[in-house]
Amino acid sequence: MPDLTQIALTTGFLLILIGFYGALTKPNLLRIIVAFTLASTGVNIVIVAVGYLRGRTAPILDATFAAGEAAARVIDPLPQALVLTAIVIGLGTTALMLAYAYQLYAKRRTLDIAKFTDLKW
Amino acid sequence: MIKHLAALLLLSVLGALFASLLMGYTPDPALNPTARYYAERTAPDLGAANLVTAIVISYRGLDTLGEVTVLFLAAAIVGLVLAGSGSRSGSRPGAEPGAEPGGNDQPGAANPGRRGAPVPVGELLTTGSQLLTPMMLLLGVYVFANGHLTPGGGFQGGAILASATLLLLLAEPLTRLSHRLIAGLEALSGLLFVVIALLGLVLAGGFLDNRILPLGTLGNLFSAGAIPLISALIGLKVGAEFSSILASLSEAEES
Repeated sequence: MPDLTQIALTTGFLLILIGFYGALTKPNLLRIIVAFTLASTGVNIVIVAVGYLRGRTAPILDATFAAGEAAARVIDPLPQALVLTAIVIGLGTTALMLAYAYQLYAKRRTLDIAKFTDLKW
Repeated sequence: MIKHLAALLLLSVLGALFASLLMGYTPDPALNPTARYYAERTAPDLGAANLVTAIVISYRGLDTLGEVTVLFLAAAIVGLVLAGSGSRSGSRPGAEPGAEPGGNDQPGAANPGRRGAPVPVGELLTTGSQLLTPMMLLLGVYVFANGHLTPGGGFQGGAILASATLLLLLAEPLTRLSHRLIAGLEALSGLLFVVIALLGLVLAGGFLDNRILPLGTLGNLFSAGAIPLISALIGLKVGAEFSSILASLSEAEES
């Protein structure tokens, strides 16, 4: 019986692989952007899963345990804070990629990445 | 074909790496020293119940300041990149979103229809947005005002505020949000954030110290010093930034 951490880590790693596969093989820019968001979701899941400790509760102090024994009762809050940051930045980069893709389509009338050969060597 | 093979080779190497990581992973039996410090010192030092918010806003507040700046930069660049697209009506992308993957670049495919008349939105969406938008704004404010007590905080609340904007834009695609209002709100909240951070330097222990206000009792709404205030400012700023991104994207699509 795999525990929660194993499942979450496997899911995250698979999402990263799927995302990289899409980004490397798909020709359509929009699909590449979706693939990137998949990969970054996978990274977020992996980071959160690493902070999970078995049998502990969310990192919020409340009445169910005394504040003094918090260190023995809560999971690691640091990965969650990191991922919170990463999600927001991920949204910013996705919006940026979409804006660039829009402008590329407006200028070249195509989203096929093989047609953009300006920087090819 | 070679490209696919190279990609598959790369991915299998990466997959092997991940598999070895997965096999060798054993969860820590206890918190590591940094996390232990946060878990033990947050309640007496900062008075916040939510450790994640305490880290994001106080312990690593400088990072958050930088992150909000990055987000502002992203919103500004999206606006800049999309700004020029409205004037040239000839190069406007077709209204069909489901373009063939791989890109159809024949110039005749630029469909001229439906230019002035947007797709009519449904009755459900219109009525639903009128009903839901105030509630979503309220929920967003609730989430960032209670960020130090419950799961939530500035970023989540700001994202909810921006989703209200998104619903509004979906229901009435021709709405033009006031960029001046959004920019003003964003600049004001960013400025106040920095002012509060600097006040911490003068009145308390250092930059972004939240103890410029009384800590109160753990678990009350008015507790944890300046954390709810900073949380609200971050929420407003993030909401304004996301709304500005959405407005830029929506206007690029319309014009």
